[in-house]
Amino acid sequence: MILELRGVSKRFGSNAAVTGLNLAVDRGEFFSLLGPSGCGKTTTLRMIAGFETPDEGEIRLNGSRIDALPPYRRSVNTVFQNYALFPHLTVRGNVEFGLRRMGRSGIESKVRAVLDQVRLQDKASRMPAQLSGGERQRVALARALALEPDVLLLDEPLAALDPQLRKQVRAELKDLQRRVGVTFLFITHDQEEALSMSDRIAVMNHGSVEQVGAPEEVYRRPRTRFVASFLGEMNWIGGVGLRPEALRISREAGAGSRCAIVKGSAFLGPVSHVEMELESGEICIAQVAAEFTRFQIGEAVHLRWNETDELRFPA
Amino acid sequence: MKRLRRLFLAPTAALLAVTMAAPLAIVCLYSLMTRGAYGGVEKPFTFENYTRFWDPIYAAILWRSCWIAAVATALCVVLAFPLALFIARSGSKKNLYLSLVILPFWTSFLIRTYAWMFLLRDTGLINTLLQALGVIHEPLPLLYNNGAVILGLVYGFLPFMVLPLYATLERMDPSLAEASADLGARPLQTLWRVTLPLCAPGVRAGSLLVFVPCLGTYLTSDLLGGSKTILIGNLVQNQFTTARDWPFGAAASLALMAVAMGLLLAARRQGEEML
Amino acid sequence: MSHVRRRLLPLYAVGAYAFLHVPLLILAVFSVNASKFTVWQGFSLRWYAALAQDRDLIEAAANSLIIAVVATVLATVFGTLAAYALWKRVSGWISGALYLSLATPEIVTGVSLLAFFQWAFRFLNLRLGMHTVILAHVGFSLAYVVVVVLARLRTFDPALEHAAMDLGATEFTAFRTVTIPYLAPAIAAAAMLAFTVSIDDYVITSLVAGVDSQTLPMAIYALARRGVSPMLNAVSTIIVIGLGALVLASERLRAR
Repeated sequence: MILELRGVSKRFGSNAAVTGLNLAVDRGEFFSLLGPSGCGKTTTLRMIAGFETPDEGEIRLNGSRIDALPPYRRSVNTVFQNYALFPHLTVRGNVEFGLRRMGRSGIESKVRAVLDQVRLQDKASRMPAQLSGGERQRVALARALALEPDVLLLDEPLAALDPQLRKQVRAELKDLQRRVGVTFLFITHDQEEALSMSDRIAVMNHGSVEQVGAPEEVYRRPRTRFVASFLGEMNWIGGVGLRPEALRISREAGAGSRCAIVKGSAFLGPVSHVEMELESGEICIAQVAAEFTRFQIGEAVHLRWNETDELRFPA
Repeated sequence: MKRLRRLFLAPTAALLAVTMAAPLAIVCLYSLMTRGAYGGVEKPFTFENYTRFWDPIYAAILWRSCWIAAVATALCVVLAFPLALFIARSGSKKNLYLSLVILPFWTSFLIRTYAWMFLLRDTGLINTLLQALGVIHEPLPLLYNNGAVILGLVYGFLPFMVLPLYATLERMDPSLAEASADLGARPLQTLWRVTLPLCAPGVRAGSLLVFVPCLGTYLTSDLLGGSKTILIGNLVQNQFTTARDWPFGAAASLALMAVAMGLLLAARRQGEEML
Repeated sequence: MSHVRRRLLPLYAVGAYAFLHVPLLILAVFSVNASKFTVWQGFSLRWYAALAQDRDLIEAAANSLIIAVVATVLATVFGTLAAYALWKRVSGWISGALYLSLATPEIVTGVSLLAFFQWAFRFLNLRLGMHTVILAHVGFSLAYVVVVVLARLRTFDPALEHAAMDLGATEFTAFRTVTIPYLAPAIAAAAMLAFTVSIDDYVITSLVAGVDSQTLPMAIYALARRGVSPMLNAVSTIIVIGLGALVLASERLRAR
C-alpha cells in the first residue's frame, strides 16, 4: 500500500465535500476515482497533492503522514486538467522545472529520457502555445514524471481532448503506466474511461467511497444502487435491477416471460436500444444485436432474463 | 446606415479637427519660425529652434526629464507590484481594494500635489513633527528638489501602475502557481520563476502609462521642484508665457510629443487596444 | 516562519494604502485646525467660514462648475454618438486622433490650443475666455467618454438592434430604444469621468483661460504658489470629498 487515506473529511463552508473517506492504493496500480461532478473526487485529489488540508483524518504516503506538508514537500505530482504548462518556458524548460528546484544532477539526461518516454524528443524547444492538445498533455505528464513521484495524480486529463483523440490517448496512458511502473491515481467522471484503463476503481458519491474493486467486479456486482446506475445503464423492474444487455426480447411468449409494448427503438450501430413499457407501467430498455429485425412502435413483445443477472439492493 | 454613422461622427470629427489637428499643425508651423521682436511669431523659417537643444542648458533639461521620469517609473513598478499581488489574492474584497487605489487618483491631481507641499515644506507637518520630537533642530530641506518631484510623481501615478499589474495578475491561471508548488518550488521561488515573468506585459503597460505623463509633467515639478528642477514641461510653459518665445516652445513641445508618441507606437504593436 | 511571511503582504498593503490616503487625510484634519500654523490648536470651522466669504474663490468655483457642466454635456453626447459609430465600423483616423488626444502630454495640448486660438483670433473678433476653456475641455474629454462607452458597447449583442429593426423600428429608433438604455450606466459613468477631469484641469485651462475667467484650480494654484494657507486645506477637503463621492458612484455604475 503506497497511499492511504483514513477517515478524511473536508468542508467548504456549509458544504461537506468529503466525509469519512477511506482509500488504499497499492504500489504500481492504475487506480481510478470515479464519480459524478460534486462527488468530492477533485477535493480528494487536491488534498493528496497538498492544495487543501483535510479537516479530519490522515493521509499517508509510504506509511508516513503527509497531510500537514506543503505541496512542494510531497513526493506526489499532479497532471492538471488544463495541463498548467508554464507559457513562458519551452517544453524543455517546463520538464526541467522541478528538477532544477530539487538540485539534481544529470538533469539533461533525465529530461531526454522522460521526453523519450512520452515521444516528444523533437519538440523540446517548442513553446506550449505551439503544441496541440495531445502534445501539451504529454508535456504535463513528462514534467510530473521527471520527478519520479511515488504517486502521479491525473485530474480528468482526457476531458479537454477530442473524442477521437481520447480513445487513442487512453491506450497510450495505460501503456505508459505499465512501462514506467509509477502508481497512477486517475480522476474521472467518465465510466468508460475508468472501466477500460484501471486496475481498480473507487466509485465516489456525495463525498465518500461507495465501492472499490476491479472494473469487472464493480460492473457486474455493484454493491449499491448508485454504483449500479452510474456504471452503465440500469433497468428497475419490480425493485430488481437489470442491465439492458441482460434482457431478451422475442415475439413469442416463453416460460416466465412478461408482456411489453414497444415505445421506441434507437439504432446505435453495433446494437439497438429498444424502449418498452411493461403492464406494470414501468419503462425499460433492452439492448439487442442490430441484426435482429426492427421492432415497430406499438408492437407487443415478450421479455425474459436470467435470474443470475438480477441485481438486488437493500431498501 | 452610412448616413447615421457619418452624422454621429461629424461633431466629434469637427471637434478633433479644431482641438487636435489644427493646433498641432500650428505648433509644427511655429516651431520652424522665428521669434518676433515683441514676442510674436514671424518668418524666416529656420531649424534653429531644434538645434538649440544641443545647448548644454537645454540638453540638461531633456536629460533631467528623462531620468526623473525613469526613476519615478521604476519606483512605481517596485512599489506597485506587492500591492497588485495583495489585491489579486484578496478574494471577495478585490473590488473594494481596487477602488481604494483608484479613488485618490481621480480626486484632484493639483490638490494631491499640494498635499505634499503641506507635508514637506520647512514649516510643514513632517518638519514640525520631527522638531517637536527633538529628532532635528532645524527644518530639513525636503521640498523644492528632485527628490520631492520624484515623490510627487510616484504618489500621483502609482495607481496607473497598480491597475495593469493587477489586471495581468488577475488573468493569470491560478493552476500555474499550483503546478509550480506541485513540482517542488517554495512560495518565493514560485513568485520569482513563474509569477514575475508572466507579469511582464503588465509591467510594460504600466510603465508606459507612468513614464509618458511623468516625462511631460508640469504641475509636479512646478510646485514641488526648485529653481533647479526645470523639466521639459516647465520649459514649454515658460516659453509660452514669460519668455514669450513661442517658436522655441513649439519645438520643445514637439520634441516631447515625439518621444511620447515613439514610445506609445512601439508599445502599441504589442499592446491592447482601448479604442 | 510562514506565519510571518503570510503577514508581510497585508502589512505592506496597509503601508501602501496609508501612503496613498494619509496625505489627503492630513489636509482634511488641518482644515479644521483653529490655528493657521501646522500645530494643532483645537477644532474650528473658521477656514470653511472664510471660504464662504471669499468672493474670488466662489466666483472661480462657479466658473469651474459652469464649464464642467457644459463641457460634460457636450462631450458625453458627442462622445457617445462617436463611440456608437466607431463600434459599427472602425475609423482609423478618428480612433487615431482620439488615441493621440489621450496620449499627448497636457502641456502640449495646452500650448497648441493657445497657439491655435491666438492664430484664429486674427480672423475672428474673439478673445480667450470661458468659451475657449469649454471648447478645450470638450476636446480632451471626448476620448475618455469614447473609451468608456466603447468598452460597454463591446459587450452589447448587435442582434438586439437587428431584432428591433426586424420588428419595424428604424435604425435610429433601434439605437434610441434598445442601445441607449443598455449603455445608460456607461454613459453616466463617462459623464462623471468627464466632469471630474474638467473640474480638476489646471494646465490646459490656465493657458487658454485669458484674464477674465478664473477657474477653481487656477485659484487654488495661485494660493498654493503663494505659500500654504489653511483655507487651501478647507477647499481641498471639500473638493476631495465631492469628487471622491462622484468617482465612487461612477465606479459603481461601471461595474454594472
